[in-house]
Amino acid sequence: MEFTFDNNIPIYIQVLEYMKIYLISGVFKCGEKLPSVREFATTFKVNPNTMQRALAELESMNLIYTERTNGKYVTKDTKLISKLKDEYATTLAKSYFEGMKRIGLGKADSIKYLEGIEE
Amino acid sequence: MELLEIKNLTKSFDNKNILEDINLKISSGKIIGLLGKNGAGKTTLIKLINDLLTKTEGEILIKGKNIGVESKKVISYLPERTYLNKQMKVSEVIDYFKDFYDNFDADKARKLLKDLGLDVNQKISKMSKGMQEKVGLVLVMSRNADLYILDEPLGGVDPATRDYILDTILSNFNENASVIISTHLISDIERILDEVIFIDKGKIILQSDADKLRKKEKLSIDEIFRRMFKCS
Repeated sequence: MEFTFDNNIPIYIQVLEYMKIYLISGVFKCGEKLPSVREFATTFKVNPNTMQRALAELESMNLIYTERTNGKYVTKDTKLISKLKDEYATTLAKSYFEGMKRIGLGKADSIKYLEGIEE
Repeated sequence: MELLEIKNLTKSFDNKNILEDINLKISSGKIIGLLGKNGAGKTTLIKLINDLLTKTEGEILIKGKNIGVESKKVISYLPERTYLNKQMKVSEVIDYFKDFYDNFDADKARKLLKDLGLDVNQKISKMSKGMQEKVGLVLVMSRNADLYILDEPLGGVDPATRDYILDTILSNFNENASVIISTHLISDIERILDEVIFIDKGKIILQSDADKLRKKEKLSIDEIFRRMFKCS
């Protein structure tokens, strides 16, 4: 996966968003040990301090936790991850309806379009 | 103790202040962008830190001690223009660095050169400008230093090579050291910076955490810089 960053937005926030998607989609599963800060920094091609900041933010949201001397793990709280997924999906859905509204389509019509899309 | 501390530093040539009352503190484990227009005083400041120019007033301390022989051992400096003997082969330059610096890791340099697809048996003079810049950067990054100072490391290279150079800086950067990168090509490097220092007309205008500045201004460092130093 190629990571692109918008220089107008703090880089750590963008890394945080990528990390949330990793957690929601189960790239890293509940209770799983995470790679080191350094490994993550290499993957995202960001400064290790930026990576550290993104991880600290995830930790303050209780999405990950640190086991002393042993590294960082994904939370075991599956409800928390499903809540995150739910919030994320709601945001995506809202932005879809907003876009449709701008071109004059209501909710019912918008849903018809959704149904018309083949996966 | 700060890695680098500069107090009330002034440098003048012919009674004209090129740098005026510079105060700076730089701690370990950071990548810092020294950003300024042409002629702002970036290179003069860097040369002073490297003890290559004599200050007019003020103090420059590395780990609390005045700069001199000891500070040169722990600062790895990439000047804007190469000083390498172009008649030498890359392998000869590696030996030269090994003789010159105790903390030079020749194996690391060879490995990095190989990763970058450079041939150690080639003469410097036969290399393109971009290749020469890569060699210079590899040599400097292969020293186990406390402070790396890179003066315009991206000047003559294409965007793809720029990315490669940034990755080289990132992956070779360790938490006990700091890297100062001077440049006016801000948008290319801003994603890897922890801190930015804006310098203009010989004065420090701003020193800030890069992401905090983005958050505050809701703009890229590049755009903040452009707006602040707009030529009118």
